[in-house]
Amino acid sequence: MNDFEYLMPTTTNEAISLHESYGEGAKYIAGGTDVIVKIKEGKISPQYLISLRHLHGFDHIIYENGELRIGAMVTHRMLELSPIIRKEFPILTDAVENIGSVQIRNVATIGGNIANAVPSADGAIPLITLSAEVRVIGPKGERIIALEDFFIGPEKTILKSGEILLEFLIPKLPPHTGAAYWKHTRRAAMELPILGVAVLISLDDDMQTCTQARIGLGVVAPTPMRAKNAEAILKGNKVDGEILEKAGKAAAQECKARDSIRGKAWYRRDMVELFVQRMAIVAMERAR
Amino acid sequence: MKKVSVSFTLNGDLVTAEVPPNWTLLKTLREYFELTGAKEGCGVGECGACTVIIDGDAINSCIYPILEVEGKSVTTIEGVASKDGTLHPLQKAFLENNGVQCGFCTSGMIMSSKALLDHNPDPTEDEIRASIAGNLCRCTGYVQIVESIEKAAEMIKQEK
Repeated sequence: MNDFEYLMPTTTNEAISLHESYGEGAKYIAGGTDVIVKIKEGKISPQYLISLRHLHGFDHIIYENGELRIGAMVTHRMLELSPIIRKEFPILTDAVENIGSVQIRNVATIGGNIANAVPSADGAIPLITLSAEVRVIGPKGERIIALEDFFIGPEKTILKSGEILLEFLIPKLPPHTGAAYWKHTRRAAMELPILGVAVLISLDDDMQTCTQARIGLGVVAPTPMRAKNAEAILKGNKVDGEILEKAGKAAAQECKARDSIRGKAWYRRDMVELFVQRMAIVAMERAR
Repeated sequence: MKKVSVSFTLNGDLVTAEVPPNWTLLKTLREYFELTGAKEGCGVGECGACTVIIDGDAINSCIYPILEVEGKSVTTIEGVASKDGTLHPLQKAFLENNGVQCGFCTSGMIMSSKALLDHNPDPTEDEIRASIAGNLCRCTGYVQIVESIEKAAEMIKQEK
């Protein structure tokens, strides 16, 4: 590894001013499971690592009045083991319990997963599907960004230099809402996804008519994306096999799947079609 | 490079290391404290040969910045047996049930399974397999490893 100094500020102000004074040579580090690996592989060579682990008050999971707030420093393991998330937002459990190993999940943070913005980030797809926003702080103060608008390309976000993720805000779900995430992989563990599919469905009091649908897709475009055509097909309709098939086909059409080492574009499109339907069924089971 | 000082509990003893700030916990364990039980396999957090326990949780020491260990409690394979040399049930079970072939993954396997049994003394086979998903055995002796962990859980129950 290249030489670096390792700084451990305890307030966001201190962290931001360190970042400003060291400029390009500085890099924030949270759990470090991506940053340290990138340094070891020579992809980045920061002179100053600014640890975010000692900032107080960003490792919370708070569920209040139906709204969920997750601190950016919450580890994947904390999310995986959280009873309230398993009960109220099982789509997040679906995603985090299949990220890396126990050793990685014990250290890697949800903020880091999002800030790194790799197209395979499993944390992002369910959060976008849940309409999450992210609160960030930087040299010019705080702002709140819809997570859907956060990613602008592979490993690129709209974060400005020096900005830090503070927490994720997940709004209250409408009644009779369920959501599910599928990470499609070749083996059961220690894998990056071939694709990821998240479906959220809200049902009317008849428990059959879809009042709202949100569909998030991962790895089938340069950034996490929503399948809005498929969502529109579900909304306002009775959800049966026929309508699900239509939605699956629409999602497969609107995704921008490409060939890569983990899967061919045609296969990814076929699997988007299939898993949009399957996850919709799981989402509806959870809604009821 | 100038050195930094970091103090933590290592296998029950308070220690201080003077190492460069870009060292990992693994490098410090192996090269400063000469505890070579934790191994470097992949070096990027995939193989689990470097697994140690920090404050009860299994982590990959090869990507853990040394300065983040300040004030924490680290347990390595060298601290698993009692001070009088009595082996931990996991160590006995691995020896008696052929849980060890070449041995390179073994300390990591034992640290991951110790973290599991410390939290969950009666795990299912699925829970055992999930707990060691991040520990690769290139001899592929997984069946015996899982059986060893099951036997260790039984031994621990009987001791109580």
